[in-house]
Amino acid sequence: MTFLLSMPAWLQKLYDDFKLNFIDKDRYNYIFKGLGITLEVTFFAVLLGIALGMVIAIIRTTHDKNISDMSMGPAKVIIKILNLIAKLYLTVIRGTPVVVQLMISYFIIFASSNNKVMIAVLAFGINSGAYVAEIIRSGIMSIDNGQFEAGRSLGFNYVQTMILIIMPQAFKNILPALANEFIVLIKETSVSGYVGLQELTKGGDIIRSQTYSAFMPLIAVALIYLVIVIFFSKLITLLERRLRNNER
Amino acid sequence: MNGNSDVLISVRNLKKYYNKGEIRALDGISADIHKGEVVVIIGPSGSGKSTFLRSLNLLERPTDGQILFEGEDITDSSVNINKLRMKMGMVFQHFNLFPHLSVLDNMTLAPRKLLKMNKADAESKAMELLRKVALEDRAKAFPAQLSGGQKQRIAIVRALCMSPDVLLFDEPTSALDPEMVGEVLDVMKDLANEGMTMVVVTHEMGFAKEVATRVIFMDDGVMIEEATPDQIFDNPQSDRLKTFLAKVL
Repeated sequence: MTFLLSMPAWLQKLYDDFKLNFIDKDRYNYIFKGLGITLEVTFFAVLLGIALGMVIAIIRTTHDKNISDMSMGPAKVIIKILNLIAKLYLTVIRGTPVVVQLMISYFIIFASSNNKVMIAVLAFGINSGAYVAEIIRSGIMSIDNGQFEAGRSLGFNYVQTMILIIMPQAFKNILPALANEFIVLIKETSVSGYVGLQELTKGGDIIRSQTYSAFMPLIAVALIYLVIVIFFSKLITLLERRLRNNER
Repeated sequence: MNGNSDVLISVRNLKKYYNKGEIRALDGISADIHKGEVVVIIGPSGSGKSTFLRSLNLLERPTDGQILFEGEDITDSSVNINKLRMKMGMVFQHFNLFPHLSVLDNMTLAPRKLLKMNKADAESKAMELLRKVALEDRAKAFPAQLSGGQKQRIAIVRALCMSPDVLLFDEPTSALDPEMVGEVLDVMKDLANEGMTMVVVTHEMGFAKEVATRVIFMDDGVMIEEATPDQIFDNPQSDRLKTFLAKVL
């Protein structure tokens, strides 16, 4: 490859570095496979987080909005207990680091399982659910109570009012915060290496440990995160604009 | 059941206490509202008139007392309040249109979901009502694009889309610019002339004089006087009503 010989020295060094870290022994596989696992864990954790967050947020707001009007009875006891569980969940999850939660899941709760992806999905999903719950709750609380009363006065029950009137408006308001939570989540999965899950960051780190060359693999990993986040942000901006459009 | 068959709403000794009785928003109100009546409730702010109105469809849960709507006690926990609310339209001070829905969707949401009306029927009914309030050209608009007066007229026809037996108005003109009050009052007058049963909390004394079949004056959570508009405005009995009228007229 004669043209390579005519390269300036620094470019030659860069090329050698690149070849060593990604081409030799097909090391690029660590990056691609890692990226796949990062996306897989993030995707399912997001779904789990939204589902959990929605349930927790609805329990919390239902409790806060109605408890003073409810007469003593089984319904009141149930909602009080659910609210207590929800609060406990929020306190524990938001009060401890996600790495610790991940390690507790892997080494204690699911010690008998070796399905690292599933454990990571559960740990990150349960973690994200707590933050999503508070985001959704703030969204519901941000809707004027008059909207709720208008829905109820037409004859909609509590759940119908929530789904048809409150949630669509709340969702619009919380979209930026929700997007931010997912951006945080995708980057948070980078600590999965603590339980030996070979996601993107761990993949880059394995290359570094084999080649003793830190620059290429770590910068590559950083760039990939950056590109994903930029792409996702762009997507959210478009969605936001679409949702706002019909209001003016 | 009430013996008088044309009684639509019968309120008996209604009480609403806050802070374990420290604050008495309603302190024993009794009243009958008959079919076709336009009952206007007046009184100083904090007199409990809005609380009373909002109790009628249980947006406020009374501490004690009974509210019979078409013979059923709506304060009884076994009553399906959602079913009854379909027959009691409500118009709010701040309109409370749904900002994420077009005017037409605002109006057809409840009929379609609750009365299971099909889209075409619900929309043709909505358009008919929009024509009545001269807003048929705003059917596709969103609430943010409407003026206050337009919003309130839409809110009124949204309630009418459910074909309610009674309409409750909670200070419907208080949030409007003065030049828009008239257009909303005109719609309400038309409704009254068509025989709609209405309970109206308002500061518009002119409307009370002209349209009401009966005026209730409230203060401190109790009903002080209840009479025809002529009697209330021209021949007030109590000192409290006299003082109030002196301030507002």
